[in-house]
Amino acid sequence: MLHVVTADNVGRVRLTLGSVLLWGSLAILGLVALAQLMQTYGIVDLGLSNWRPTLYAYLVFSVCLCVTQVLRRGEHGKRDLFILPPLLFVLSLAIFPLVFGLVLAFSDWNLSSAAGRHFNGLANVRQLLSDVFFWTAMGNMIWYLLAILPEFVIAFGLALMLNAQIRAQKFFRVAFLLPLMLSPVAVSWMIGKSMFVTQPAGPVVSFLQFLGVDRPVFYSNPWAARLMVMLLDAWTFIPFMMIMILAGLQAIPKELHEAARVDGATGWRAFWEVTFPMMISVSVTTLLIRIIFKLKLADLVITLTAGGPGGATDSVTSFIYREYRERSNVGYGTLLAIVYLIVIVIVMTALTKVAEKATRPKT
Amino acid sequence: MTTQIFHDSASDRLYRTKFWSGRTAIYIALLIWAFICLFPIFWTATTSFKSAADVMKGNMIPWLEYAPKWLGWKKLGLSPDTIFEYSAARDEFLRRFVNSVVISTTASVLAVALGSIAAYGLSRFEYKFLRFGNSDISFFFLSQLIMPPVVMALPFLALYKELNLLDTKIGLIAIYALSVLPIVVWIMRDQFESIPTELEEAAMVDGLSIWGAFTTIILPIALPGMVAAAILCLVLTWNEYFFATLLTSTVANTLPVMVASKTGSQGIEWWTMAAISFASILPLLFVGILLERFIIKGMAAGAIK
Repeated sequence: MLHVVTADNVGRVRLTLGSVLLWGSLAILGLVALAQLMQTYGIVDLGLSNWRPTLYAYLVFSVCLCVTQVLRRGEHGKRDLFILPPLLFVLSLAIFPLVFGLVLAFSDWNLSSAAGRHFNGLANVRQLLSDVFFWTAMGNMIWYLLAILPEFVIAFGLALMLNAQIRAQKFFRVAFLLPLMLSPVAVSWMIGKSMFVTQPAGPVVSFLQFLGVDRPVFYSNPWAARLMVMLLDAWTFIPFMMIMILAGLQAIPKELHEAARVDGATGWRAFWEVTFPMMISVSVTTLLIRIIFKLKLADLVITLTAGGPGGATDSVTSFIYREYRERSNVGYGTLLAIVYLIVIVIVMTALTKVAEKATRPKT
Repeated sequence: MTTQIFHDSASDRLYRTKFWSGRTAIYIALLIWAFICLFPIFWTATTSFKSAADVMKGNMIPWLEYAPKWLGWKKLGLSPDTIFEYSAARDEFLRRFVNSVVISTTASVLAVALGSIAAYGLSRFEYKFLRFGNSDISFFFLSQLIMPPVVMALPFLALYKELNLLDTKIGLIAIYALSVLPIVVWIMRDQFESIPTELEEAAMVDGLSIWGAFTTIILPIALPGMVAAAILCLVLTWNEYFFATLLTSTVANTLPVMVASKTGSQGIEWWTMAAISFASILPLLFVGILLERFIIKGMAAGAIK
């Protein structure tokens, strides 16, 4: 924390100027929004075809708000300027859609029809409760989340090997990192389809036939398809976990390993009693972040299986995406998304609580 | 003829074989994983030079098993014999490519700029907005990370329709910047906290204002961290597909959307597909190979508290 005491000489002129700017721009914003509302409900025709003018007025207001901070609060205002623009950016882009989403969730609005939005009460909720596909998608998310554990074990193993004194470390690090850089769309086409499905010539197919699997299926069997999604997702994200774990391993002081060695701990024993306990906090962070990314899983499913066969591979996001693409109704999809968000917030809060307990040093 | 008189004892030799077998096991495992990581990239690159017969026969190694042709790249207008002729496919590809470059770099720069000043403010000053203190604001920024994109997607769709922002670069830039901002704050907060405050104090004694001290003293020190954050953002936004396919249609769509749209259900031209895929991952492959140091640094900063 930086503690600097400054003498602020904010004169009356600056104070009034600040007030005028702030309230003036707010008034302009209000007026433009009002005009737009009247236009939308057909009270007067001002030739405003969309809400763009309101957006511009909002931008002007935001700038004035920042300027006013400096004008009225002097040095303290300059400090607020660090936090205010990002805060305004996130608030207006995240909170507004969220509130808007709450309205949408209880509405029926087909974007491709001219009818516009209207409330339909709890009809969406009733539809949700009887929607088998949504609950399948939720169930799938549990399987996808469970797939993180083997991913973590592999990532940990790779990090341990990279941390050992090996030659060509740089080459291996770069090679292991590359899958992370690839776009899920390209991955699902060039790996998921080209390498696996091109019959009879895909390298994986020929390899499996060489091993004795006669006619391998990948996308017609629900479990095989689910496994494929997990595999490709694991392939892209193992490097991510590996790097974070590697950073943790490198932060463990060398003396600790030496001391353990002197005490006679080798191999597994050293790993379980020295390395692993030291890595718990990093592991928990890694796992939490990986869970967050996994909950967003969509691109891969949409391009690889489009949810098939019969919704067996749908993640929640890809299901809502398909739901929107098929009916272009934003109301029901938004309700699903908000339910999903609530579940996520509850689960993540519980997980962070558990994680805090796990990482707290035992006394 | 000299004979060796001194020998390692049996137990020492045992240790040596154990050491070498362990080493070999590690190298074999590393090589297998390197193969798993690199083979798909090799596959994509080589498939773009195959003809239909080569794809069907599963020929893998260029020059040995098949003669590489420019088939896939010709379709894109990027092969040596078509590069100087007019090609609609190439124009289309370049437009998408430029879109991707503009959108992902602008969004990353915006996110890094906003995220850095927020992280700096949070690491240096005590704020009080209404009754929300620093930790609340910090939590607010980071909590955006768990927001699944799908929650924002449909409201944004409706909102952008009203604002006439559908299918514009600005629309995508704003939402991309929003989605990577928490990562920047997360990385940069650690960066700024590791810089001692005495630096600013000295600078301010010498007459710099707080913003002057920030831009001339602190930013250059934190630059590696910012580069790391920017690269992470770039990777995430370059590859983003979900918002891009939902919010754009013809003007502003990016490379992943183009890759995904080049498909019929049957009879895919794998060589064209491979060429587009490879061209779209190539920039990031370069980034990964050349700037690997920064990426690892950025993620490491987040991992260790």
